[in-house]
Amino acid sequence: MVVPNLAVNIAGVTLANPVVTASGTFGFGREYGTLYSLAELGAIAVKGLTLKERPGNAPPRVAETPAGMLNSVGLQNPGVDAFIREELPWLKEQGAVVIANIAGSTIEDYCAMAECLSDTAVDMIELNISCPNVKEGGVAFGTSCDSVAAITAAVRGYCRKPLIVKLSPNVTDIAEIAVTAVDNGADALSLINTLLGMRVDIQTRRPILANNVGGLSGPAVRPIAVRMVWQVHQRVNVPIIGMGGVATWEDAVEMMLAGANAIAVGTALYLDPYAPLKIKQGVADYLDRSGMADVSELVGAVQVY
Amino acid sequence: MSFTVTTCPLVEARAPRADLYDFTVCCPEIARIATPGQFIMVRCGELTLRRPISICDAEGDLLRFVFEVRGAGTAWLAERKVGDILDILGPQGNGFTFDDTSQPAVFVGGGIGIFPLLHACKPFGTQATVLLGFRSADLVSMLEDFQAAGADVRLATDNGTAGHHGLVTDLLRARCDEGPVSAIFACGPKPMLRATAAIAEEWEIPCQLSLEQRMACGIGACLGCAQKIRHPDGTETYAHVCSDGPVFDARVVVW
Ligand SMILES: Cc1cc2nc3c(=O)[nH]c(=O)nc-3n(C[C@H](O)[C@H](O)[C@H](O)COP(=O)(O)OP(=O)(O)OC[C@H]3O[C@@H](n4cnc5c(N)ncnc54)[C@H](O)[C@@H]3O)c2cc1C
Ligand SMILES: Cc1cc2nc3c(=O)[nH]c(=O)nc-3n(C[C@H](O)[C@H](O)[C@H](O)COP(=O)(O)O)c2cc1C
Ligand code: FES
Repeated sequence: MVVPNLAVNIAGVTLANPVVTASGTFGFGREYGTLYSLAELGAIAVKGLTLKERPGNAPPRVAETPAGMLNSVGLQNPGVDAFIREELPWLKEQGAVVIANIAGSTIEDYCAMAECLSDTAVDMIELNISCPNVKEGGVAFGTSCDSVAAITAAVRGYCRKPLIVKLSPNVTDIAEIAVTAVDNGADALSLINTLLGMRVDIQTRRPILANNVGGLSGPAVRPIAVRMVWQVHQRVNVPIIGMGGVATWEDAVEMMLAGANAIAVGTALYLDPYAPLKIKQGVADYLDRSGMADVSELVGAVQVY
Repeated sequence: MSFTVTTCPLVEARAPRADLYDFTVCCPEIARIATPGQFIMVRCGELTLRRPISICDAEGDLLRFVFEVRGAGTAWLAERKVGDILDILGPQGNGFTFDDTSQPAVFVGGGIGIFPLLHACKPFGTQATVLLGFRSADLVSMLEDFQAAGADVRLATDNGTAGHHGLVTDLLRARCDEGPVSAIFACGPKPMLRATAAIAEEWEIPCQLSLEQRMACGIGACLGCAQKIRHPDGTETYAHVCSDGPVFDARVVVW
């Protein structure tokens, strides 16, 4: 019996397996790193970074929803310099492939971060132009083709690492946005970020989140994510990291069949911190049972009607 | 930080009053290292988020927690029967810290905030004064447990149906008038905690508060459970209730 190959190549970077942890859900890895070796993961997308430290939004910042959750953390982070100094060396010591997720309020912010991260040990840079929770979260850049073209091209000029552009689902035609990002220099795409949502407490008649609205994630969004990955896969030739509600190995296989080269796990961590490892094992077993030698055989293999 | 995620059998389940459940699980991994004021994150079926619940007591391999039914998660949990397996993450958070357990200390609890105080008051034995506040007599619980721990237990209800007619913080003032108090430990609704902090400041008594916030990960990764705190230099930042708390020094809390 041949052990199936789980390794995937994303824009020149080899991931030992296709299971990534989604930005903002896994911090800088220290907490989950007490439960298992971070080298077990394909890659870690770290908490969204900004040029300067950000305090984040007022609480409450999280609310449960049917098969999902809303968050309005608001990009609380220590700033890109503190990340490089205090978190990155430790992450690399753990043997993790590191994706630095960056957000900002101006194109200059994004370029400055991409430039300084290019001189560090991070493996890839993920351009977050899709955070719905803060005005400065870049969502303004992620929702029109013109602004996606401008920011991707500008950052490309400063970025000497593989560049992933993370797409917002809060758009009319995600495939158009995806094509624009790739035409302007994206080496890979990740999708989807959260969908803007809201919950109201009927006793107090006030929103549950202090930010009123927040980003929806978890199993509830998975069919949307699968559809968007499928639409984007048909239009671009770069690798796709698919995410949005992946909780089990079956979900991961589904996302890959729709066109994802790798998948990211976020919200599912909260119910089961070991979800990424179980997904990895489950995918390997599935390949084995199906007589497939390489996980890449799954990518985009859905046979549509 | 040394929490685990583990499955453990429910060995005792009681319902001391309507909508209140008193559970004991056999969970050596957590029970043996839990310190007073820490909490657990309990999986509730397929609901997306685990529920934070305080550790009420830990003895040997046994871990006790008490919860009120509030919504879907606690309702699911309430239906578990002895022998069922629960999925628990813990122990988590920074609990109460004790300077000198031979000195008189006061524990102030309100509503569902009283439960972690049992584990916390035990080391103080008869030096503990436990002040419990409830809305009405039918909601009173755990009195015997606190008495069995050796504490001087006093009661207040909002409507006067049991104990002092009024606020539990009235009892705190009275107790401070009676004689020395080396430390105050409190858990309960925000207004009660805030009033407790004010009294502690007035009397210059060190005071620790256990806070609540909505949580997702419960371990410090998602940054969901923010609480604003004040640093010695006057700056304010968001700390996280699950990993920096749930217990905070009353002086750092920004209300
Ligand atoms: C550190 C800590 C310790 C706690 N200890 C206890 C305890 O010992 N006994 C007890 O009865 N209760 C305790 N609580 C409150 C308990 O977590 C909530 O009552 C419970 O989460 C409600 O869940 P639900 O599904 O029944 O309600 P729902 O309203 O359906 O819950 C929906 C979501 O909101 C969250 N939520 C709702 N109310 C609260 C709250 N007050 N605090 C935090 N999150 C909330 C839930 O966790 C869930 O994610 C504690 C809370 C915290 C933060
Ligand atoms: C608490 C939380 C914080 C998040 N923070 C970020 C972030 O900082 N940057 C980012 O690009 N996406 C962020 N996201 C979005 C996730 O990376 C992911 O795109 C989304 O949650 C969908 O995946 P999931 O359903 O598996 O969680 C966050 C999501 C959650 C739940
Ligand atoms: S609940 Fe995730 S940081 Fe506290």
